[in-house]
Amino acid sequence: MASIGTVFEAEGLVDHEFPMVPDGGNRRYRIRWGRGLILLLAGAYFLIPIYAALKFSLQNIDGKFSLSPITAIPSQPGLGAAFFLSVRLAIVTMVITMLLMVPTVIYVHLKMPRFRRVMEVVTILPIVIPPIVLILGVLHAAPLWLKSSPYLLSLVYVILAMPFVYRSLDSGLGALDVKTLVEASRSLGAGWIATIWRVLVPNLRAAILSATVLTVALVLGEFTMASLDLWETLPVWIVDFDQTNAHISTAVAMLSLIGTWVLLTLIISLDRPRSGKLRRNRTS
Amino acid sequence: MTIDTHETAERTATATSSAGVSVVLDSLVRHFGSTKALDGFSLDIAPGEFVALLGPSGCGKTTALRVLAGFEQPDSGQVLVKGSDVSKVPAQRRDMGMVFQSYSLFPNMDARDNVAFGLQLRRQRSSARRTRAAELLELVGLGEHASKYPHQLSGGQQQRVALARALAIEPQVLLLDEPLSALDAKVRAELRDQIRALQQRLAITTVFVTHDQEEALSMADRVCVMNRGCAEQVATPSVLYAQPSTAFVAEFVGVSSRVNVVRGVDGVGLFGQTAKIRGDAASIASGELDALLRPEDVVATVAPDGLGIVNHRSFLGATTRIEVGFGGAAIKVDVRSGDADHFELGTRVDLALLARDVLVTERRPEQ
Amino acid sequence: MKTVKTFGHAATGTSTPLDVGGAARGVRTTTGALVRGLRTSAPVLPFVLYVFLGLGIPTLVIVNLAFRSDAGHLTMSNIHAITSGGQYLTGFETSLKLALVTSLVPGILGTFLAYAISTSRFETMKRLVASASGVLANFGGVNLAFMFVATIGAVGVVTSWLAALGLNPWNHGFSLYKFWGVAIVYMYFQVPLMVLVVTPALHGLRPAWREAAENLGASRWRYWRHVGIPVLMPSVLGSMFLLFGSGFSAYATAEALTGGTIALTPIQIGAYLQGNVISGEENIGYALGFGMVVLMLLSVIGYTLMQRRSSKWLR
Repeated sequence: MASIGTVFEAEGLVDHEFPMVPDGGNRRYRIRWGRGLILLLAGAYFLIPIYAALKFSLQNIDGKFSLSPITAIPSQPGLGAAFFLSVRLAIVTMVITMLLMVPTVIYVHLKMPRFRRVMEVVTILPIVIPPIVLILGVLHAAPLWLKSSPYLLSLVYVILAMPFVYRSLDSGLGALDVKTLVEASRSLGAGWIATIWRVLVPNLRAAILSATVLTVALVLGEFTMASLDLWETLPVWIVDFDQTNAHISTAVAMLSLIGTWVLLTLIISLDRPRSGKLRRNRTS
Repeated sequence: MTIDTHETAERTATATSSAGVSVVLDSLVRHFGSTKALDGFSLDIAPGEFVALLGPSGCGKTTALRVLAGFEQPDSGQVLVKGSDVSKVPAQRRDMGMVFQSYSLFPNMDARDNVAFGLQLRRQRSSARRTRAAELLELVGLGEHASKYPHQLSGGQQQRVALARALAIEPQVLLLDEPLSALDAKVRAELRDQIRALQQRLAITTVFVTHDQEEALSMADRVCVMNRGCAEQVATPSVLYAQPSTAFVAEFVGVSSRVNVVRGVDGVGLFGQTAKIRGDAASIASGELDALLRPEDVVATVAPDGLGIVNHRSFLGATTRIEVGFGGAAIKVDVRSGDADHFELGTRVDLALLARDVLVTERRPEQ
Repeated sequence: MKTVKTFGHAATGTSTPLDVGGAARGVRTTTGALVRGLRTSAPVLPFVLYVFLGLGIPTLVIVNLAFRSDAGHLTMSNIHAITSGGQYLTGFETSLKLALVTSLVPGILGTFLAYAISTSRFETMKRLVASASGVLANFGGVNLAFMFVATIGAVGVVTSWLAALGLNPWNHGFSLYKFWGVAIVYMYFQVPLMVLVVTPALHGLRPAWREAAENLGASRWRYWRHVGIPVLMPSVLGSMFLLFGSGFSAYATAEALTGGTIALTPIQIGAYLQGNVISGEENIGYALGFGMVVLMLLSVIGYTLMQRRSSKWLR
């Protein structure tokens, strides 16, 4: 009987894509090329504008480069206040989000599995209701004492972050056998808070870190609501200051972009002990 | 869960006349970074033979299988199927059916489409595919589950579909990568028999990777015990068990106890007897050695002035395994459960060797 | 007597030692069941309350005001104004078009990019990209607009490079401040958003499937066609929906780039909020907001239907 190989050849199913040279296990030259190209193009698209903005910021009218826009940053009026306001908002938003979402999602996973459907729908809503529309309603409906505090923004940011936070926590919990962990912990005498804090949260590290990262990035980059709510967070300051000195404000914008990026990378790196888990163990 | 209709199996067997090919793995070396997964591994497999690769994790058994399948390229060495070198042939064209450890069924296809996938790739007509897939599902006892999706099937059922899928393409070699490890004990035992029976009927050359020695010993024609990327011993199950050639095999397969012995002129002194050294006595140099004893190689007799004391007892059914403390060593001895009453804890016993020769190895340093 | 909601039943089905109220109860009156249901769902009350206050009330306010005249009477005049042609209708159309374009193109590109990243072997790069996606997905507004002006504006960096090659896009009808220019700028946050959202789905692709397919004789393309793409499709569609919402709702970037020269609904709402109202049309802003919500609801339904069809196998 003809071997299957000949059938392949006859039908033109022979795969000539890969150079058949043994090269230590990875025959996929072409794929590496393609991947490299994609990454290169993407890198170019995302980095060139940053370069262009920095170039603008550091270049005088007469074409000379100087670092003075950057060195002048600390002394700019309002920047410090705006920066710390953004940081405070980020922290408050993060805290509220975690306190609200973590116990809720854990409880739903444990005791109300059918409610997950409801939660999925609910956490899609902040996307269905655009931020610009939401702030419209919030500004109208919020009581004055709330509107006079910047933390109203934090409260709304919690809603904005909800879709991402929920998805992150939900999938993190889905990967654990929550019921067993909780029962084990409780049988050893731990109360609910101890169980959540000492057993579940450490196992949800990756999910919580990822949710934190997204929340912080959201708050530090959010402009629309803050400006319409008339609070000078960092993004709002940057735009306002643009009128005064575009070089400096652009420099601040780029630095805050890069700075947030570094900060978030550090936060993600806190999960290092598990970073190899997605790679398969091939040594057996 | 009967396997098949006799007819279907016969038909499959005759159709798979390309089954029963010889496989040779020759001096395979494979590094992963600084780890050597395969260190000059060689194995000859006869046509239609069922060979188990047995060993602890990290021994290289899965790597060897993957090299055979074409998912890994060896750094050096050859893979020969039916005498010709397939090292340069990509996995797609090696014509080997593989069953993975778990969750390898395509989730977006039902059982029938999964099984028919290989045939679909070979441009078989839809009606022919469906018939064949249905036959194979019958063969593995899942005829009524053809329209179910993987997430609707139990672990055992999924693996049976995976087996049917691998067989559908009428491969020359069947490869199984710890297919039963993720299943629970009862299902595992059933599937074990079914896979073996199917393999024998189809006479297809099969390589089966496992870390479970019971599986290997009960299913295989020959077992290759691997350690650190090499083959420690390749033999039939009974030979492997009764005559382990190295300490590693003796301790990995079956139960063995270690006891210090000193080498004399004719052999080693043990329990007041002199026992010959198994295998090549000349190659064993030093005077201080450890002997490795199977529980059934030793006999215990109650003696008020005996040198051994019963420390432990485990009831195993027909036999009871007692552990005897003897001069610092803990020696496991099997006795008939009917006689077990004589061997209460604390009883003094004498030990004697039943076998003529013993396996010895370097003395392990005290911990 | 009102029946207990389903999530109450889910809890009473189990009988773990932790079950607060549940299966041990002998008497099953409807009030008993109701109380049990309430007690079980009590812990999610903070969440429900928060969402109601933070999301529900503002939305109700908008819906209400959309149908009210300035004097407070119920009226359809606002709705009529925004749907009967003119700038508002154009705004909806353009916004939808923009949302569609900036969900499909970045969606596909983002999927490829996410795949390229997730199959890489450099852990550090993956982490850097993960945090970059988070940052860039939230980046927008004036800064983004400005960056692109500096890049491909009339005297931008890239524009001058291209002009040196004789390929100045501005000479061929391109404008950063028109529809396609805006779409290109939107990609800057849409692609990272896609990468962010689709990467977990990519991790769900088991290597065993790829190898099994290969083992059975599939080429790379056939694997993707029969297994990879079908399995990914529901998640990709869901992610594209997020992009659609994001593209539809984006305000600050469009505002900064166009200054209102293109009719886009978010900009029109923004103008309203900043006080650019024509008297007699004070509640148009709310009507526009209501319109946006309706359109988004319709698109949720659309995407959900598409997802269902593509994941029959998930059930």
